[in-house]
Amino acid sequence: MRNSPTIDEQIEMLRRMIAVRHLEERLGELHKAGKTRGPIHRCDGQEAVGIGATAMLDAADLLTSTHRGHAHYVGKGVGLHPIIAEILGRSTGACAGRAGHMLIADAANGLLGGNAIVGGGIPAATGFAVSLQMRNRADGGARVAMCLFGDGAAQTGICHESMNIAALWKLPVVFVLEHNQYGLTAHHSTQSSVPDLVVRADGYGMPGESVDGNDITAVYRAVATAVDRARRGEGPSLVEAKTYRMVGFSTSDVGGYQSADDLAAWRERDPIVLARRSLAASVSPAQLDAVDAEARAAVDAAVEQALADPLPGFVDHAPSAPYYAGAV
Amino acid sequence: MAMMRYAEALRAALREEMQRDSNVWLFGEDIAVYGGVFKVTKDLLAEFGPERVRDTPISEQTLTAMAVTAAMAGTRPVLEIMYADFLPLSIDALMNQASIYNYIWNGQVTMPFVLRTQGGGGAGAGAQHSKSLDALVAHIPGLKVVAPATAADAKGLLKAAIRDDHPVIFLEHKLLYNSRDEVPDGDHLVEIGKARIAREGHGVSIIASSRMVIESLKAAELLADEGISAEVIDLRSLRPLDRDTIRASIAKTHHAVVVNEGWRFCGYGAELSATIMETAFDELDAPVERVATHDIPIPYSEPLENAVLPDAAKIAAAARRAVA
Ligand SMILES: Cc1ncc(C[n+]2csc(CCOP(=O)(O)OP(=O)(O)O)c2C)c(N)n1
Ligand SMILES: [Mg+2]
Repeated sequence: MRNSPTIDEQIEMLRRMIAVRHLEERLGELHKAGKTRGPIHRCDGQEAVGIGATAMLDAADLLTSTHRGHAHYVGKGVGLHPIIAEILGRSTGACAGRAGHMLIADAANGLLGGNAIVGGGIPAATGFAVSLQMRNRADGGARVAMCLFGDGAAQTGICHESMNIAALWKLPVVFVLEHNQYGLTAHHSTQSSVPDLVVRADGYGMPGESVDGNDITAVYRAVATAVDRARRGEGPSLVEAKTYRMVGFSTSDVGGYQSADDLAAWRERDPIVLARRSLAASVSPAQLDAVDAEARAAVDAAVEQALADPLPGFVDHAPSAPYYAGAV
Repeated sequence: MAMMRYAEALRAALREEMQRDSNVWLFGEDIAVYGGVFKVTKDLLAEFGPERVRDTPISEQTLTAMAVTAAMAGTRPVLEIMYADFLPLSIDALMNQASIYNYIWNGQVTMPFVLRTQGGGGAGAGAQHSKSLDALVAHIPGLKVVAPATAADAKGLLKAAIRDDHPVIFLEHKLLYNSRDEVPDGDHLVEIGKARIAREGHGVSIIASSRMVIESLKAAELLADEGISAEVIDLRSLRPLDRDTIRASIAKTHHAVVVNEGWRFCGYGAELSATIMETAFDELDAPVERVATHDIPIPYSEPLENAVLPDAAKIAAAARRAVA
């Protein structure tokens, strides 16, 4: 099938999904132990979207993420240690401890970046795409922007404004809607006038495709098609990936709104289990076990290192910095 | 030197910077084909083409957010927001996006964009098209805010703003577009963060920006007839603020009047007043006087609007109180 990931690519995506899952588990423990600050938004169950949608991107492609971005960060090639060190507030973190888990950026890998203003990443990616379009035209490049955003974010006014402008200007941007059924605690049926958000693509005159967000190969194929289209200069697309958050909204969620039946049904469709199953025909169980063990060990090593790293010290900004207000 | 209107000076700055740097581009509502509702961008579409001079949908929130990230990704956008009254739509992109990234991303990105807008009353444009929201934007760390009063500064500051690697909010005034003054020839740049003494004096310092500089100069004329020598400081930059020039002036005059066309309560004048208390308290012979717009929506009818806006007579009265 067109745009199918190779077996090696599938193994690499599986490794990344396992790393993200283990990262979320470790962060859950670290949060309970008081080693992190503020709420942590885990993406357990949604890894196939973040990893599958970013697997075909290059470092020169620019990605915007959300408050629930750990899979996006790993998918875009950010190292485990800078991510974890940032979440632990260390000077060795991706942003030297200034950003925290919701706002991580890594310019060298084209992650710019997490965004905890719901919907904020959508116009951000659209703005990236204008510059990339101008630069592509100037130097023959084929860079694209991508925005991963939630079903809650899809209800914002800036989502509408951005999609209209992106389609109007044929911008090289791919909108990947990570539909996990809820915006915070509110089910999508209380937030959206339509259950399938992909129908909105028509309203902007751009292609739209809805996929099983727990099937990483399906996510990869649909997004790769959209990325190719953007690289060819043919404009934006919308991919809606239906998935489910298997844990609370954040570490401060007290629950009570997700049904046990739903949770059980989606756990059956855990994207990591599905990915392993689909690789079983071509890869031995021993090799898959090794991938699993390596991914977890890499996370554990990064956690250990980050815990030993120093905390940052505050430095005043220089008169040349934008934050300077004038000498007192 | 050439006599130029404020709007022409702005256009000259845009044209020169676009000629100098192919990464500079303009976008905003009605700016391309029509040339902007105040005609600042007239003829630029013909010269630079539709990729670099773009008409946009009416989508201020998104346009502002796009300026932030387009700037991060290697071009230098100049966004026109038609009225400063629409800045509340831009404010998330300014306050939660533009202002944070250079710091929280530990210097990984810069955002060389300029947001041009125009505000101010006196044109009978009503409560949604007459405000001065200087304090709203000057409050935000990470933004630079400039507000030229003259054509010369309009040109020099806009060129400097476009070359700045950080976000600059460029506040124009609708009643200044047709005012004319001498603009230096050539590559005229005005450093952001430096005030200008618009008129020298020794009895009282009047500290103002944008159109209030013009009103303060008129007030200084009135005061001169009464034997009061007023020094008028044109701030030019609201953030960063040139505290040195303010302090030096008050050290000479020992009296201060702060003027801003925004609302009084929590307005920009409050920051000026507090700055003077912090930096020049020992120099003062009298309390700081503050002149600002009344704390109500700006009304439409001429006598009502005149009653709420600051003007030369109100500034002169404040100066008389200060030196009394
Ligand atoms: C502008 C804004 N409004 C509200 C919030 C609080 N909030 C944080 S996440 C969230 C739900 C977002 O839902 P969705 O986009 O579907 O993302 P998900 O949490 O499901 O990943 C809300 C309401 C916020 N951070 N920003
Ligand atoms: Mg959601």
